[in-house]
Amino acid sequence: MYNPQLNAQGELIHLLTTEGLPRRVLHQILDKAAEFVSGGELVNQKFADLAGTSVFNLFFENSTRTRTTFEIAAKRLSADVSSLNIQASSTAKGETLLDTVHNLEAMGANLFVVRHSESGAAHLIAKHVKPGIAVVNAGDGRHAHPTQAMLDMFTIRHYKGDFTNLRIAIVGDVLHSRVARSQIHALSTLGCPDIRVIAPKTLLPTGVENLGVHVYHDMAEGLKDVDVVAMLRLQNERMAGAYLPSTQEFFKYYGLTPEKLALAKPDAIVMHPGPMNRGVEIDSAVADGDQAVILPQVTFGIAVRMAVLSIVTANQKGLL
Amino acid sequence: MKLDMKNIHIKNGQLVDPLAGTENTGDLFIADGKIVGVGSAPAGFVADEVIDATGLVVAPGLVDFAARLREPGQEYKATLASEMAAAVAGGISSVVCTPDTDPVLDEVGLVTMLRQRSKTLDLARVYPVGALTRGLKGVEITEMAQLHEAGCVAFSQGDVPIADLQVLYRAMQYAANFGFELRLRPEEASLVNDGVAHDGPYASRLGLTGIPVVAETIAIAQITQLMRATGCKVHLARVSSAAGLELIRAAKREGLKLTCDVSINHIHLVDLDIGFFDSQYRFDPPLRSVADRDAIVAALNDGTIDMICSDHAPVDDDGKLLPFAQAERGATGLELLLPLTLAWARSNKISLPQALAKISSTPAKALGFDAGLAVGNRADLLLFNPQASWYVIPEKLKSQGKNTPFIGHEMIGKVAKTIVKGKVVYSA
Repeated sequence: MYNPQLNAQGELIHLLTTEGLPRRVLHQILDKAAEFVSGGELVNQKFADLAGTSVFNLFFENSTRTRTTFEIAAKRLSADVSSLNIQASSTAKGETLLDTVHNLEAMGANLFVVRHSESGAAHLIAKHVKPGIAVVNAGDGRHAHPTQAMLDMFTIRHYKGDFTNLRIAIVGDVLHSRVARSQIHALSTLGCPDIRVIAPKTLLPTGVENLGVHVYHDMAEGLKDVDVVAMLRLQNERMAGAYLPSTQEFFKYYGLTPEKLALAKPDAIVMHPGPMNRGVEIDSAVADGDQAVILPQVTFGIAVRMAVLSIVTANQKGLL
Repeated sequence: MKLDMKNIHIKNGQLVDPLAGTENTGDLFIADGKIVGVGSAPAGFVADEVIDATGLVVAPGLVDFAARLREPGQEYKATLASEMAAAVAGGISSVVCTPDTDPVLDEVGLVTMLRQRSKTLDLARVYPVGALTRGLKGVEITEMAQLHEAGCVAFSQGDVPIADLQVLYRAMQYAANFGFELRLRPEEASLVNDGVAHDGPYASRLGLTGIPVVAETIAIAQITQLMRATGCKVHLARVSSAAGLELIRAAKREGLKLTCDVSINHIHLVDLDIGFFDSQYRFDPPLRSVADRDAIVAALNDGTIDMICSDHAPVDDDGKLLPFAQAERGATGLELLLPLTLAWARSNKISLPQALAKISSTPAKALGFDAGLAVGNRADLLLFNPQASWYVIPEKLKSQGKNTPFIGHEMIGKVAKTIVKGKVVYSA
């Protein structure tokens, strides 16, 4: 099967998922992002990579943080940025997803950043946009959130240097998590030898072990000697019903507390994609503790998004 | 006798009779809408038309056990005229249509109108399946006996499962009272929930909500229990899983009056084919695992699965150009029933009479007639070249539904002529 994210030369022209991307491309994104970071901070400078480029943020699903970081990233690269909250507009009037996209193409869009509640929406758009227009997936259903995963990879590389000797645990609602899927694919490709998922059975996708992870239902076992703990957000709406009995019970057995974190390696880092539910999936003492790298993740997120926007734009223009 | 009814002499064809299980080269003679001679002409037969069938298979017209005709109510997707033209182009002389039109086929008037419209078109025969419950809402049962009198051959819920077992229980009791057959899609709705693909590693990878196999097996277990309690005859439509087929095998061994079918798509495709969210592969039931597909093929070979249907569902582009979970389910299938059945037969070394039985004589038996090549049988016939290949090109399909996962695929087996009621209704 051909990979719709790559052109005939194997260069990244859309970023839809981390799955199936060559290691070379993942490193290219990380290396490019590193150019925008100095001493753990963003380089305080504007770049011209996207000058003359129109970026449309198409958010069919609510998001403040991701949309804002994409806006900042695009503006730092000198793009013209428009953000549309589609929920409240065209599609509510019955326009289809592709109609919306084609209208914006007619307005001169060069790049779409898309968030949608349905898995595969970004793939659909990428398949139907005109040649030369890039699509970056900012989260589709339960499927993929590749820029979040890549900023996690950037964070891990920043603190741990290499992936090929790490034990990494992904904890929480893996079933509904696009972040977890994208992390797993990226970590596999980058050579991480021990990827673990820790969750109750109700929050694990069927056959998750086929993605190349070790499955744990017990935090004490799963966290033992890990280098990285990647917490997932537990959507509160999942708490009601048959997935879980209560937030208290979830916190007791799967929440990350200092005691549970002590089972990991002493220098283990704690990541979280945000927004956090304190006292549900993570204890404040951990969230605000020395091992947490949650705020640096946010900073790196802008650098990684700048890198992705820059690379796909350049490749679409055939300049690289 | 109708003015356009001709005496036809079909010469030198490969006569394949799925009912008798025979294959011979020879001639066939048609008059008054019936087969009047095999091998030699009856006394006094004068042919109005001679068809040279050298190199062609001559077989009973196909009987498709499940097609959505969309009319009334969804003519933007397809019309009776377009789909009847597609049926005969696919060698199908009898089409069993599902009741999920808009309005649904739950009233005598609608059934009568549908039959009248199909008679006027005078292409394939249409056998309506009546709605089992009013509006397919699963609450009140329909006037089954009157619908039967109006021409309904069986009763079903289309693709809408009955949520309330009490209703299904009563419906089965009532149907059993008259000896009617129910055609049920075995699917427990609460386990389907908002699922859109087979619940397995591939759906997990794509982040698509899964429909577990237990949604099918639990429904089969419930239906077979209710059959034991009511004595109702049931046909299970579009079985999709290995575990489901095991239950059916056991029920048949036990002697329950149970038959089942599978769609052409599920014989050839699996969940992995979805690729990057290709909505052409969105089906109901979902395409399942390779192991399930292999079990389907084995169950076809050993006779657990009685017949193959097209599961024809014309869907327009607007229904398909959507994210996978929002895309409409189904594909066009009338014109693919023959070649996809032949493909199964070829790769499993199934003889032509046995293969054609799955799409002609067996479903015909269920409808109460013989699809064979004996004198006295209906002159509903199909002539096809079993070696000729063609490619699925949407614009060339007669069906108004152009969407199918087989676009661009090579098909082997090409319909040359379709004869219904002794009249040539399609010529390639």
